[in-house]
Order: sequence, then C-alpha cells, then structure tokens
Amino acid sequence: MCLAVPAKIISISGLQAEIDIDGIRRKTSLYLTPEAREGDYVLLHAGFAIKVLDKEEAAQTLDLLRQMNVNNP
Amino acid sequence: MSIIHEFEKASLVQGVLKNIRSIDTGPVRLMEFCGSHTAAILKSGLRQLLPSDVKLLSGPGCPVCVTHQDDIDRMIALAAIPGVTLCTFGDMLKVPGSRGSLAEASADGADIRTVYSTLDALEIARQNPDRRVVLLGVGFETTAPTIAASIVQARDEGLANYRVFSLAKVCPPVVRALLASGEVDIDGIICPGHVSAVIGSKPFEFIPGEYAIACAVAGFEPVDILLAIEMILVQIKNHKPAVDIAYSRFVTREGNSHARKLMAEVFETVPAMWRGFGEVPASGLVVAPGFAEFDAMQDPAVAGLAIEPCSPDPGCRCGDILRGVMLPEDCPRFGKGCSPACPLGPCMVSAEGACASYYMYGRQNGG
Repeated sequence: MCLAVPAKIISISGLQAEIDIDGIRRKTSLYLTPEAREGDYVLLHAGFAIKVLDKEEAAQTLDLLRQMNVNNP
Repeated sequence: MSIIHEFEKASLVQGVLKNIRSIDTGPVRLMEFCGSHTAAILKSGLRQLLPSDVKLLSGPGCPVCVTHQDDIDRMIALAAIPGVTLCTFGDMLKVPGSRGSLAEASADGADIRTVYSTLDALEIARQNPDRRVVLLGVGFETTAPTIAASIVQARDEGLANYRVFSLAKVCPPVVRALLASGEVDIDGIICPGHVSAVIGSKPFEFIPGEYAIACAVAGFEPVDILLAIEMILVQIKNHKPAVDIAYSRFVTREGNSHARKLMAEVFETVPAMWRGFGEVPASGLVVAPGFAEFDAMQDPAVAGLAIEPCSPDPGCRCGDILRGVMLPEDCPRFGKGCSPACPLGPCMVSAEGACASYYMYGRQNGG
C-alpha cells in the first residue's frame, strides 16, 4: 500500500501538476509538496506527490554504486 | 536515460553484491519491515543472491495485513448501513472478515467503490450529495497525509457528506513492540522507504539507540535494498549500530515537514489494535476533535455498530508471520487451502502481504 513511483512534473497550475510516468500523463496533487517545480521528479503515491527528488543525492548514490563496481571487477 | 531509471540497471548490482559477500559478520538475521520490500526481494530473487549467512525475515509493514479482524468486521457492517457509500483502496476488498469480505458485501448489494486516491473519494462525495460517502482510511504514514489532505479539502469546500473511518497507523511504535517482546532475534532492520520519505529516518533512531540494532532505510529497486543490507552489515561488523539512509534521493532525517505538520493537525494519536500484536500504544491515527464532523466514528449509526468479537480462522498464522516468528512457507496452510485466489488471511491477499509474495515468487518448484 505504500507503493510509490517517481514521476516528472511537466506543468503546474496552482497545487495541481501534470506529471509524466514513462510516457503516461496524469494529474497529481502538490498539496504535500508545494515546493515542487516544473522539471522536478517527485515520488507519487495515491494521487499525491509526497516528496521531491534530491538530484544531488541521487547522483551521489549512483556514483557510489558505480565505484563499487569499479572496485569489485 | 533519466536519473531515476539509472537505479534500475542490473549491472549496478554486481559491485554492492560483491561488497556484501566480502563482509564477514557470521550468521545474521535481518528483518525487512515493509511488505513492499518483501515483494521486491522475492520478485527480484535477491534471497538467492545473498550469502547463506544473511537471512531475511518479513515484518509487519503491510497496512492491510495488520488491520485487526474486529476492524474488518466493522468495515463490512459499515458498508451495510443504508445511505452509506464506502470508498476503499483495492487491497482491502478481498480480505476475509469473520463473515465474508467487502467484495462479498458488494456482491450482496452494498455500495462499495474502489478508489486509487483519497481525491477520488472526495469526487464521489461531490457527485452524490444524497449519500454519506465514507473513506476507509487504511494506511501508514505514507498514505495518512493524503487522507488528512482530503479532510482539509472537504472542510474548505464545505463538503458535508464526506467522512473518514480512520484506521491509519504509524510504524515506529510497532517496531518497538516487536523488539520489546524479545520474541524474535534480529540483528538488523531494513526500514521502510516511503514511510520514511514522510516521517524521516529520525523516528527510527531509538532502534540502534535503545536496542543496539543496525538499521538502514531502503528504496525499492533491488540495488537500493542491497545497498541498505551492505550498510547494515558494515554497522554490525563495526559494532556501530545507527540508522543509515540508502535512499537519500527521497529520504532525509527530517522527512516531509509539510506532510508531518498536516498529519499532526488532522489526526490524534491513540492506542490501536494490530493483528498479531494486540494493542500497541500511540500507534493509531484517528480524526482529531477539530475535524469531528468528518470523522465517521462520530457518526451515531457507525458508533452504534455492534460487532461480536470473533477470532480469525484458527488455521491462519498471519499474526505469527507479521511478527517475523514464522516464514510463510512454514505455515501448514501455505498453498494448502490458502492461496491468493482463496485466502484465509490478509497476508495472502495484499500485494504487499508476505504470504502473497512468497506464493507468487518464492516457491522453489514454481507452480
């Protein structure tokens, strides 16, 4: 039930956003993430964006994982 | 490829897996709290990839599964009240109560609607002003803010026929109940990713602090779960338990302060009954007195519902499975008179139920 998926915000109107999930467009509420901006990735749960993606953290985690691959050939 | 999809790449798994295999901790038992983690682990075959020393146990992190039998009976009785339209998330429909399920009540003529979002329930209330539209508010901290948001919106719109029957629950107290019982030996806990996106990792800090048990918050890609397991093993090896975050792209120590504030405004924390645990202090969220007009439990017809206390099917071991005392495949009824098509208990119904995950993906011989 805590299923949530990342989605990209295409456009915002008030606290409503149009989002894209792998080509599927839907409306979602930004009531819980009013700080979200167009182009942001958000975590989508039951019609609400519940968290905005931290891009820097995402990049750092990816770097860490890639480094583990390099160190463990 | 977007940064989100990078985490899905199978090639990323190799390095962290080799790291895990190189950390010598001896035999350890880790509990994945969250049912979505159980599903992801089983679906991706991670159990087979991990060293034999690392055993994974499922925990109580499935809101449908931990809903108490009496509450399920109450929901079904609620659906039978004349004039009530009951809105529920789909997972709850097939969960067997003492006398049938919501799906059966619907077949018998009750007006039960499956919703994807609390906003859908609001829309049903707008379109049916002559009906009392009741949302079954089942969920953890991931879902609770969306329930709270619907109540605030109903108030702001003056939507007088919208009610919430709140059975929402919070996770840290049940982890405490589990650890305090001493019933299960656990060396580490994989903490729930989407609950933590809302409440942050901070509420789990009592686990290393008071019980010296290693923790990491995980996302839901296989590589996220492996990274959390690696972090936990490093903590165990170094005897330095903490709450690490392996899902920092969405989880911080503080969580979503906006959502937390909304929950605090709309809900009141009360003791709640959990399947398999009984009453857990400060673990339930009911509608706060300031929003009483939207609280289905304050509705005289609902408050007056007489429910005979009834035990779940005696063959069903969901309670033991939720406490991590038993693995699904060790239940005598697993696959023998209990399957997703014909479930004895909720753990075989919900997509996050441990039994359903083991049944779908975990059986060695297929079938």
